[in-house]
Amino acid sequence: MADTRTHAVAHHFDDAEQQREAGKLGMWIFLATEILLFGGLFCAYAVYRSNHPEVFIYAHRFLDPSLGALNTAVLICSSFTMALAVRAAQLGRRRQLVGLLGATIALAVCFLGVKGIEYERKWKEGLLWGARFHAKLAPAPPALPQTLPPVPPAEGEERSLIPPAATGPSGLARPGRAEVAEGAQGPPHDVQMFFAVYFMMTGLHGVHVIVGIVLLGWMMVRARRGEFGPEYATPVDLAGLYWHLVDLIWIFLFPLLYLIR
Amino acid sequence: MTEPTRSLPATPEHTVGHVVPVRVLARVWGALLVLTVVTVAVARVDLGSLNLDIAMLIATVKATLVVLYFMHLRYDRPILAVVFAAALLFVALFVSITLLDTHAYAHNLIPDYGPALPK
Repeated sequence: MADTRTHAVAHHFDDAEQQREAGKLGMWIFLATEILLFGGLFCAYAVYRSNHPEVFIYAHRFLDPSLGALNTAVLICSSFTMALAVRAAQLGRRRQLVGLLGATIALAVCFLGVKGIEYERKWKEGLLWGARFHAKLAPAPPALPQTLPPVPPAEGEERSLIPPAATGPSGLARPGRAEVAEGAQGPPHDVQMFFAVYFMMTGLHGVHVIVGIVLLGWMMVRARRGEFGPEYATPVDLAGLYWHLVDLIWIFLFPLLYLIR
Repeated sequence: MTEPTRSLPATPEHTVGHVVPVRVLARVWGALLVLTVVTVAVARVDLGSLNLDIAMLIATVKATLVVLYFMHLRYDRPILAVVFAAALLFVALFVSITLLDTHAYAHNLIPDYGPALPK
């Protein structure tokens, strides 16, 4: 069953084990850069949420936590089938490997399907990012009139020469918290910020899911050809590491976006 | 999840690396699903600012399980864990120092201070 192809060790490696370990190290370094890439978005999330907590508390209600939880479960199951697939590859069980890779891909497609349903709803309701946000929410309560604090008297050269920040393009949040009269009803200001963060984070994650599907499909083709066996399972192993990272990021995205309180 | 993992008898002529037993993988899978249910359930209870902490704690436990068993970091060489920990460290530095900075501006410190606000 396991194929008899011999996988030569590249000339710059001493043996198969060193080659395998080098591949793993390279993959983990790549995963580290992926974590840093998403780290930028988590940072943006943290800054916006700490500056505008009322926006996050208000806007997360437009997300359906049951769909989010469903997708979490789907990804966890796909991670499980992937881990089993790596095992099957290591043990040289070819048919099992192909089947498990297929199951992983099916679950990944299922994830994207649910995501598509969610995106479509947001699109229809105009719950979009930045200036494209055109949802018909109740009118925002009027902000309290701005009362600028008295500017401390300038003493000679001490006064800052830096002009106040320019207002950015439409769709950006205003700096600072919008102070709203006590007991005012209605949505907070700058709800669109939440959806900018939501679409950016889930969108980049979704791109990773699509890349994962392509990778796993490629692995499935190679597995069907019988390229993997006990002596050579590294590509499946590395694709699995990538897939688990995609799961890992969703594990954090789900509570941060769907389960805000 | 702390039961000793029995390493499978790998065929001696081929080194395939460590093969994680199915039982361990299945238990991790079950734990991840249970923790997902727990995190959804806890989010329904209002615990104030504790909600975010608990959600992050559960997510971290889930992530740890995925990394240790699904990504078999537990059985791999420590250098891979060093690479992973370095990435986490730098994300933590990035987020925490940016948060320190963002809270240091006048519009966050002085109520109603917003010179750049359009009238």
